[in-house]
Amino acid sequence: MASTTKVERPLPALPEGWSAEKDFKPVGKTTGSTQRTIEPVGPHFLAHARRARHKRTFSEDDRIQAQEKAKNVEENDDSDVSEPEDPMMLQREAKDWKSQDHYQVLGLSKYRFKATEDQIKRAHRKKVLKHHPDKKAASGATEDDNFFKCIQKATEVLLDPVKRRQFDSVDEKADVEPPSKKDAQKNYLKAWGKVFKAEARFSKIPNVPMLGGDDATKPEVDEFYNFWYNFDSWRTFEYLDEDVPDDNENRDHKRHMERKNANARKKKKADDNARLRKLLDECAAGDERIKRFRKEANAAKNKKKADKEAAELKAKEDARLKKESEEKAAKEAEEKAKTDREANKKAKEAAKTAVKKNKRVLKGSVKDANYFASGGEASADQVNAVLNDVETVQGKVDPEEIAALAGKLNGLKVADEIKGVWAEEVKRLVDAGKLKDGDIKTMV
Amino acid sequence: MAANGERKTVAPDQRCAIGLSFGNSYSSVACTIDDSAVVIANEDGDRQIPSILSYVEGEEYTGTQAKAFLVRNAENTLVSFRDFLGKDFKSIDPTHCHAAAHPQEASGSVAFSVKDKAEGEASTLSVSEVATRHIRRLVQSASDYIGKQVTSAVLTIPTNFTDKQCEALIQAANNADLEVLQLIKEPVADVLAYDARPEATIEDKNIVVADLGGTRSDVAVVASRGGLYTILATAHDYEFAGVHLDKVLMDHFAKEFMKKNKDVDPRENARSLAKLKAESESAKKALSIGTNASFSVESLAEGIDFQSTINRLRYETVARNVLGGINRLIEGVVKSAGLDVLDIDEVILAGGTSHTPRIAANMRNIFPESTQIQAPSTNPSSINPSELQARGAALQASLIQEYEADDVDQSTHPAVTTVAHITNAIGVVSVGNDGEGFSPIIAPETAVPARRTIHINGPKEGGDVLIKVIEGNTHIKVTKPEPKAAKDEKDEDDSDFSEEEEEEDKREKVWKSGETLAEAAVRGLKKGSKVEVTVNVAADLGVTITAREVGGKGGVRGNIAAP
Repeated sequence: MASTTKVERPLPALPEGWSAEKDFKPVGKTTGSTQRTIEPVGPHFLAHARRARHKRTFSEDDRIQAQEKAKNVEENDDSDVSEPEDPMMLQREAKDWKSQDHYQVLGLSKYRFKATEDQIKRAHRKKVLKHHPDKKAASGATEDDNFFKCIQKATEVLLDPVKRRQFDSVDEKADVEPPSKKDAQKNYLKAWGKVFKAEARFSKIPNVPMLGGDDATKPEVDEFYNFWYNFDSWRTFEYLDEDVPDDNENRDHKRHMERKNANARKKKKADDNARLRKLLDECAAGDERIKRFRKEANAAKNKKKADKEAAELKAKEDARLKKESEEKAAKEAEEKAKTDREANKKAKEAAKTAVKKNKRVLKGSVKDANYFASGGEASADQVNAVLNDVETVQGKVDPEEIAALAGKLNGLKVADEIKGVWAEEVKRLVDAGKLKDGDIKTMV
Repeated sequence: MAANGERKTVAPDQRCAIGLSFGNSYSSVACTIDDSAVVIANEDGDRQIPSILSYVEGEEYTGTQAKAFLVRNAENTLVSFRDFLGKDFKSIDPTHCHAAAHPQEASGSVAFSVKDKAEGEASTLSVSEVATRHIRRLVQSASDYIGKQVTSAVLTIPTNFTDKQCEALIQAANNADLEVLQLIKEPVADVLAYDARPEATIEDKNIVVADLGGTRSDVAVVASRGGLYTILATAHDYEFAGVHLDKVLMDHFAKEFMKKNKDVDPRENARSLAKLKAESESAKKALSIGTNASFSVESLAEGIDFQSTINRLRYETVARNVLGGINRLIEGVVKSAGLDVLDIDEVILAGGTSHTPRIAANMRNIFPESTQIQAPSTNPSSINPSELQARGAALQASLIQEYEADDVDQSTHPAVTTVAHITNAIGVVSVGNDGEGFSPIIAPETAVPARRTIHINGPKEGGDVLIKVIEGNTHIKVTKPEPKAAKDEKDEDDSDFSEEEEEEDKREKVWKSGETLAEAAVRGLKKGSKVEVTVNVAADLGVTITAREVGGKGGVRGNIAAP
């Protein structure tokens, strides 16, 4: 914002007699303004927003920004040396470098395996400035460069990627102990999460899945345990090797030591893998989420089973009902057929009896007509002839006609009328060709 | 994935942010490497990725691969869906989807019906779902390129996007597991991309940003004042854009084809039309680079192969109407901003269509010599117009990614962004050969609070000077050319001839002095020394003025109360 524009056209000279208090004279006021929206984009808008939100003027903002920048640098410088130095550590012998905590020596205990190369370099520089033997000598102390050597050794180890890995492998101070039962009760996942976060530093594969929270899904939890049960670790144990003698005199001894070291490494590696497995087993044993997933899976399975059973039962019931209804229908049909048969039989019998009855009526009618005898008792021949004729007529007509004839004759008592009906019937039969003239003699 | 209505946010230290320009025709993605923006190429090697999705037997294709399917698999190819986001079916323009999957109405909003699975029925995809799938693919390409999972992005939007459309876009991005840090307007992203170049200086200038895209042209006048951008006017046009240039070429080649093959019109068959369109687009792109382009399509229609060439002049002639329309659009928006072409200091051509050399040449003719035309054909150091938006968005993303989402929201709140802009310039009276004149310190339309400093020459001989702070504004001085005596009347009947001969009016931008604000004196200047004048306008329009000799002590300071 402080850039300036150059203007070539010169200012006018001060006119004669111009004067004002402190050489400044306000005359007018700014005219006209429009409310517009500036686009919230770009670095200069950020500055504008900062000024607007904190109600700063340009010069205030410039000053505060400058101060903040300056302060940042200082804080950076401070941060690494802020770690207090343990007096016991300062007493260390340089030759015991294997057992020293290199991070602590450089004042990087809180960073450990996370410390960047840049941090290590800066920490080293700071420590050197403070503990250089020449400085100690200058301040009158004895020329003791033990701790200085410790610093040099620590830097040597930590700046060499291979050596640093070896040291990190055995840096137990970076480990997080598995939580005790009591601790785990409070927040199981959080407590165990810390353990695996620390263990994750040994993974060859970046992006290690973490334990997660209570809301983790089943695939997430499965992925976590799968990953960790197949954990691919770069952890090595060279750092704990026993010293191999460096002379050429005793080659056998040297080889023996090397073998021993290699075996020890192998064993430690196996132990470490076993340890991790045990950790996982322990963690999985108390993991409520796994229990919950199992319960859910069981519930789902049970539900499936129950559903299946219910479906089977239903199918059975349906089949039974169907069978029953079919049986019922068959039975009904059979019964119906039977009653029909019986009804037929009855009807036939009834028809037979009706015919018999009608025949009796016919015979009765001729009897009523006194066998068409004219006065007195009818002779046996006469009776026979008449009955024969009745028989003949009866034989020639079907049951309906017999019924009709019986209807006509029923109730008639007068002999002539009866004879008339008979004559009519005979005539009808003769006309129909069923009887011949002369077949019937008595009724004409 | 964010729940509905709830925005996805990522903690600042977990962020990996990109700039994303999601257009109707093409999208592009940029990230910042060492504070400079880099546009990312996707797995096909494209930096401009066609905003197209195509489904073939359950397989999803994007970008150039999907574009190729417009010929064979048009009904399962989705194009031009950006502008459908957050709109109801009634208000969308489905023209550009005609040769692809057609939009349908689905519960008030827009959806497409495509076969996106290997088997079974076609499924209905809402436009939001389509956008999500497209964004997810873009983010995936970016993540592959950067080597880290991209979590956040700044997206660009046209200036006329409604709140509903913005909301729909944010939702679509969130569904693709992408946090939207901010939506920024396309013209401002373009300006930011230019201003972020290391060689750029922050000046007070008026910029015309012409974003000429595939399906729409958007033009904005942006006032850039000390790095703060204010949009003064905008215009949107759907009639003069890239597809219309394609259309012109399609018609041209279709006619050529029909000259050789009577009664066969390749525009009547959907597949032929798609081939014609694809080849016309590539011919158009070739003409932006070279002066000749060849056009060849195998089996264009009814199995007949077609080959032809076109030169740039011919193309510019047949495209005359569209190019003229773009000119009028740009001239119109300058006018609606209340400015003159002389007030424009820079023209930024953005968008794919801006590669057309004729458009840049037209701008050169419309605007005065002093105006910079930022287009590949007029300025070799210009930035690729297709990449501007993504770059601008990436730069903004790198600026704000370290802030909490709340912080960004608060800073973009209207209370912060809406401020007064002074109507008149503030400057001092200076003298030249032509007498007293106005030298501006703060330009008109500057957002307040504002502070500017100038170094102005004192009189040659030194001594006491008067600093008269005044308001001023520009006006256009039109000088009639010297009339050419006698000859004029004779020429009048031949109008063509006389027009060519007629000299144009000479138009100049001149400062006009207005109200005096204050007077001050700086005494005892050395010979040849300069005076530093600082004008500070507060948010309430009160003015503080400081003046002193450069390198000198003391000086004058005074306040003008707020009006």
